Amino acid sequence: MNFSYTRATTVGDAIQAVAGDPQARFIAGGTNLVDLMKYDVERPGRLVDITRLPLKAIEQTADGGLKIGALVPNSDLAYDARIERDYPLLASAILAGASAQLRNAATTGGNLLQRTRCYYFYDAGVPCNKREPGSGCPAKTGVNRIHAILGASDACIATHPSDMCVALAALGATVHVEGPDGARVIAFEDFHRLPGDTPEKDNTLAHGEMVTAVELPAPRFGQNHTYLKLRDRLSYAFALVSVAAAIELDGDVVSEARIALGGVAHKPWRVPEAEALLKGKLPSSGAFEEAADRLLKGAVGHGENDFKIELARRAVVRALSQAAAGTPQVQSNKIVN
Amino acid sequence: MSNVHPYVGRAHPRVDGALKVTGRAKYAAEFFADGMVYAAAVPSTIAKGRIVSIDLSTAKGAPGVIDILTHENRPELPDSDKPYLNDMVAVPGSPFRPLYNDRIFYSGQAIALVVADTHENARHAASLVTATYEAKRPTVDVAEARHEAYDTFEPRDGIPPPPPPRGDAEATFKGSDIKLSESYRVAPEHHNPMELMATTVVWEGDGALTIHTKTQGVNNPKMYICAVLGLDPDKVRVTSPFVGGAFGMALRPHYDLLLATMAALKHERSVRLVLTRGQMYTMGWRPDTLQTVSLSAQDDGTLTSIAHHAIQATSRYEDYQEPTVNWSGLLYACPNVTLKYELAKIDVSTPSDMRAPGAALGLYALEVAMDEMSYRLGMNPLELRLKNYAEKDQNDDKPFSSKELKAAYEKGAERFGWSNRSPEPRSMRDGKELVGLGMATGCWEAMMMPHSACATLSADGKLKVACGTADIGTGTYTILAQIAADAFDLDIEDVTTEVGDTDLPMAPPEGGSWGAASAGNAVRVACAELKKELLTLARGIDDSPLANASLDHVAFSNGRISLVSDGERSVSYADAIAASGGGEVKAEGSFAPDEEFAEKFAAFTHSAVFAEVRVDEQLGVVRVTHIVSAIAAGKILNLATARSQILGGVVMGMGMALHEETMWDKTLGRVVNANLGEYHMPAHADVQNIDVIFVEEDDKANPLGIKGLGEIGIVGAAAAIANAVFHATGKRVRELPITIDKLL
Repeated sequence: MNFSYTRATTVGDAIQAVAGDPQARFIAGGTNLVDLMKYDVERPGRLVDITRLPLKAIEQTADGGLKIGALVPNSDLAYDARIERDYPLLASAILAGASAQLRNAATTGGNLLQRTRCYYFYDAGVPCNKREPGSGCPAKTGVNRIHAILGASDACIATHPSDMCVALAALGATVHVEGPDGARVIAFEDFHRLPGDTPEKDNTLAHGEMVTAVELPAPRFGQNHTYLKLRDRLSYAFALVSVAAAIELDGDVVSEARIALGGVAHKPWRVPEAEALLKGKLPSSGAFEEAADRLLKGAVGHGENDFKIELARRAVVRALSQAAAGTPQVQSNKIVN
Repeated sequence: MSNVHPYVGRAHPRVDGALKVTGRAKYAAEFFADGMVYAAAVPSTIAKGRIVSIDLSTAKGAPGVIDILTHENRPELPDSDKPYLNDMVAVPGSPFRPLYNDRIFYSGQAIALVVADTHENARHAASLVTATYEAKRPTVDVAEARHEAYDTFEPRDGIPPPPPPRGDAEATFKGSDIKLSESYRVAPEHHNPMELMATTVVWEGDGALTIHTKTQGVNNPKMYICAVLGLDPDKVRVTSPFVGGAFGMALRPHYDLLLATMAALKHERSVRLVLTRGQMYTMGWRPDTLQTVSLSAQDDGTLTSIAHHAIQATSRYEDYQEPTVNWSGLLYACPNVTLKYELAKIDVSTPSDMRAPGAALGLYALEVAMDEMSYRLGMNPLELRLKNYAEKDQNDDKPFSSKELKAAYEKGAERFGWSNRSPEPRSMRDGKELVGLGMATGCWEAMMMPHSACATLSADGKLKVACGTADIGTGTYTILAQIAADAFDLDIEDVTTEVGDTDLPMAPPEGGSWGAASAGNAVRVACAELKKELLTLARGIDDSPLANASLDHVAFSNGRISLVSDGERSVSYADAIAASGGGEVKAEGSFAPDEEFAEKFAAFTHSAVFAEVRVDEQLGVVRVTHIVSAIAAGKILNLATARSQILGGVVMGMGMALHEETMWDKTLGRVVNANLGEYHMPAHADVQNIDVIFVEEDDKANPLGIKGLGEIGIVGAAAAIANAVFHATGKRVRELPITIDKLL
């Protein structure tokens, strides 16, 4: 594969370079894009290296939150003292993913933009609607153990593989974006999209738009939270199902709950109605089960991944129990508490 | 380092360790030659059918492309199987011939070879080659082919087919009250070594080639490539000094060797071909196998019948065999045994030996069935094994050369704390986790092969031993140095080992756990021959103090040959060497297994494996928290490298039990998880506390008492874990790997 390579010195230059060339891509950590290039899935004509752009700071915002530069490495973010203290759910989710080496190279913005791990998407020798729109989806009747049970379409049953994004969805982050038409801020739930008829689009960015920062609202859920990830080995595997759960208690009663699922859909999966079911209730397995059932309403398996529906239900209940008890899942110790 | 003898039996660090960790150990893809060009193989996208046409137009115009070979334009290749059968590990059938014709046998089969100026340009151009095919619906699941299973194949050379039935297992089973018959399946696996298959062919001019290729034995690729391409063996040298893991996959020559050499000959220049990680799934694998084990027993646990039936996948073109059922006939004393082994053809590449081929699968099934029987009987699983302990190889009715399995059971159980196990399933828990304890037995042949070696002592006191075997990461360099250092009472720092070169004395491919015994004894013989030479030289010195000394009466120690009865009478190694008129003295020696001994005795290694697992009751997450593997395998040469061998085997068994699975799309006939991200092997987090115990045996099958350790570590490990999962959960999963979904 041949491509040109330039290094951008300003955000504006980078955007201009990519926006004017449909074959151009931004590259930062490269932990996913370079893989995809080796697999012939991505064939960019031009790479615009953004690693020197000044997007590496974690700054306090006026309303008490944090604005995380798009180039902050995943490991720096997970071990940042403010993140560890005020957003432990985010730190935990990041450390549940990948390996230490990958987290050192991967960036905040890149994590949002990583592509699915669907086997067929990665194999340029077979059809895939996400890779080649209209070519078909062998996953629907093929090996689909890791595929979506929620929000899938006829065209695509792929999932979004990120752990970090599941926590960001639960925390209600926003995504700062700059593009040829200026800057905008996208609510996290509107950033990724469901596949529908256009599974080639993972998110709502236009070509040439760049993630410049991820903003966290003022700290909440510091006490009652967890990130529970279930996978086919104890480390270094993508989630079969993961749950980011966060609760606020008013006395013994739940005043606010957030539940986001990973590994089950084309985007981190949240259902506000399911979260609302917990409001005003005492934490109990009955209440957790009710919320889990609502969250998984409409879930459909495709054969090999049928088990994910029950697994997700149980994982949600366990995660809510962990959160309510104030005993979050520890990522270094693989015992599920 | 002080030379404390003997080195054999100690935990000596790897002598090649520093080379490896500093990157100086050279692997096949790291050799370089001036003017070298790079090749890339183009994989087929269909699994069955034929190539209609290949479009090279775009690829040919890509930067740096020198040539593209296909079945239509390749140099001439032999049109019979015969030359291709020059493979010491060939199996019956018609060997695969790369780029031979338009027929596609399996997905990913090489349909073209791009040669370009750089590795990147070759890879890029390979991605631009397209083909049209006449595709047929493939079968890649052995279960779909089971109705076509057959046992009429020609037996594989050196691999005994199942023994004939003894007694009447069927009638005994029918008449028994205590019995079970269950089916078991292990997911297909690939070897997945870190090092990719690679060949660097160095064009030495005038048709002479030096070929650096990944192999478990340099003589095999040399023989193969000379036969297939009609090369003069005197003009071909093959080397493979270091191998980054192989596990059996590099026993046979693969298509990288033939394609790279073909391109080098055509262009008369050096060529390097490194396969991609995905292409590592287009060759040998541990075959998908359907097994049924039927057992019957008396109230007291005495086994009355064993029937073991296996249907194993092979390719369309070859009858690969690893008679999975054989070990079920010898492990336990039982008068009525029927073992049946069949093959079924599917559209895949030929399977190959993979660590403990046959036994790893067969003893998984037998040892889980034994566990099931123990619950049927209400008997401790270890007691059931002891009740049926075999004092003889039941298949051949021969005594064992040595068998300390009882001691292994005892020591393993004690270290593990087996007596703490409460018998009922689901009866032990710790918080949200169910705790399970399980055990299993393993066994594997202690084999030997004819083998040569040489030893060279130089005047400066340095000893070199060499032979054409391979060190595939097992520690061969180290153990050969230990044996040689002991022979001459040298500091091991003064001993160097060379392996992996066809210029060295003849050795078979390294596999089947015969490497240490065969190469080790050959080095021992070479050292003994060298001692004879030295003594002859020493005796010939004018006024030699050893003038009439015989080999039995001298010692080789402290750099001198001395009379045992009078240490003052001695000749230094240096003076003896000087008497030769040269700077060094060299001797060769050969070792061959003792056929007479083998007629009388059966030689096996054994293991007793104990596993503790913890399973989250609600979520099915399994953690293997403790394994004890107690090994009875003759003389242990090096406690450190031996322990590593067993650890590796146990971890591979853990992968078999819980993680590993090559997944084929049944419609496309294609491996979908052909990479190390989605093919799951145990990660560090999965590997916790593993204890290895060696129960030494005094074995007389060879002078050094070596049995070999490459396979035994994996045998029984998967069964012990699977049995522990049952004990924890009460759920009997008979299809490996035991993933979360199977425990929900």
